[in-house]
Amino acid sequence: MAAAAEKGVVLLDFWVSPFGQRCRIALAEKGVEYEYKEENLSDKSPLLLKMNPVHKKIPVLIHHGKPICESLIIVQYIEEVWSHNPLLPSNPYERAKARFWADFVDKKVAECGTRLWKLKGEAQEEAKKDMIEILKLLEGELGDKKYFGGEKTFGFVDVALAPFTAWFYTYETCGKFSIENECPKLAAWAKRCKERKTVSESLHDPHKVYEYVGKLKKKYGVE
Amino acid sequence: MENTLAGIKLFGSWASSYTHRVQLVLKLKGLDFEYVEEELTNKSPSLLLYNPVYKKVPVLLHLDRPIVESVIILQYIDETWTDRPIMPADPYERALARFWCYFADDKLGPAVGAVFGSAGEDQKAAVAQVHENLKLVETELREGAFKGRRFFGGDAIGILDIVLGCGSYWLAVFDEVMEVKLVDPEAFPLFHAWLREFEEQEEVKEIIPAIDRLLEYARGIRQMMLGLKDASTTPATTAATTTTTTDNSSVVVESAGSV
Repeated sequence: MAAAAEKGVVLLDFWVSPFGQRCRIALAEKGVEYEYKEENLSDKSPLLLKMNPVHKKIPVLIHHGKPICESLIIVQYIEEVWSHNPLLPSNPYERAKARFWADFVDKKVAECGTRLWKLKGEAQEEAKKDMIEILKLLEGELGDKKYFGGEKTFGFVDVALAPFTAWFYTYETCGKFSIENECPKLAAWAKRCKERKTVSESLHDPHKVYEYVGKLKKKYGVE
Repeated sequence: MENTLAGIKLFGSWASSYTHRVQLVLKLKGLDFEYVEEELTNKSPSLLLYNPVYKKVPVLLHLDRPIVESVIILQYIDETWTDRPIMPADPYERALARFWCYFADDKLGPAVGAVFGSAGEDQKAAVAQVHENLKLVETELREGAFKGRRFFGGDAIGILDIVLGCGSYWLAVFDEVMEVKLVDPEAFPLFHAWLREFEEQEEVKEIIPAIDRLLEYARGIRQMMLGLKDASTTPATTAATTTTTTDNSSVVVESAGSV
């Protein structure tokens, strides 16, 4: 697309990746046009390997030919280059809190989620306990707010966590628990996220995610 | 001057490189603060109150509000006291700085910790991993994003210098305690040169603990860990030793965590 090429924004991504989706959501929130490039993770493109030699992972944002890697770093870059509709508050303490919780999502959710679908027996039970604890902590931070960013602001933490809502069905099914029962406020937040165009257009149907995980399970000989 | 009224309290640990990062930035910015030494095997109620999620040092308390996670603390300090900035102004440079800070914490630090926590063939593999990581940094210094710079931050030390630098002293300590060669000046000439320049900075010299203390500390924990491996045939002893050793070795890994 001519407009995207001119503005020079390219996103190397993988359809189901929650990390890639954070970037898609952030770009959409800012109304930035970009070129989306789907990567085949079992046959990574020379471009990806050149742009992210350290981790060789998606997502990678390429702006004016220069790569930015690591999803939360990409989101902060997007935030700082296109500074309208801020995702982060202006107050340093509130920013520190937002960074803390986004980092918490990074450290905890994906790793625990993987244990939840990949493991069986006691290890899976432990993963389920851990996931409920993680989600409860996040729910505590959300409180009665509409979004983590506040009553009006879909913010940095919302962007960080929203993609994982498409994985809730997978976590619930594998772990045999209900997020709505355990964390009703968080479940309500997830519904509100889905109603947001920038999110719904970036995420995939939870059943598709579950299907994808099914394929991964076969690949790793789980079940 | 605002300094004495800055209302800053720092909970830290003398051997924790994460704590040193915060102390260094506060010193660079000329900020007074109250320091509370935490014993990591016996954490204070205050620490647990202010950092309930991770229960770790450092914790910065400013105007009675806690900020945790060192890289987040560093950015908070930089955004609150804007003189003598440690983050670059340009968004791309900022993204680069953040990227390599997280590389230091997620890749290099744990790799160095793994060297400390292993022996024999496992340790050889861990050392190789450290070298792989240092090679990546060396490449950036030689021909990449940081080519030709005195410091990662440019002419003066910035956030990445602070994050990588505080804790790089563990490399020399581990080299001596375990007779490994983590930073070979021939293999990593630019990294080595940068580290020397960093450690020569006045403020850095005032923050980094004396090498003797670090050597003694590392030796002590290493002895315990190797003793544990020898005692592995005695279950009862092992159980008791494991608790102390795990706490202390995780302390060292926590302290050493970032290079």
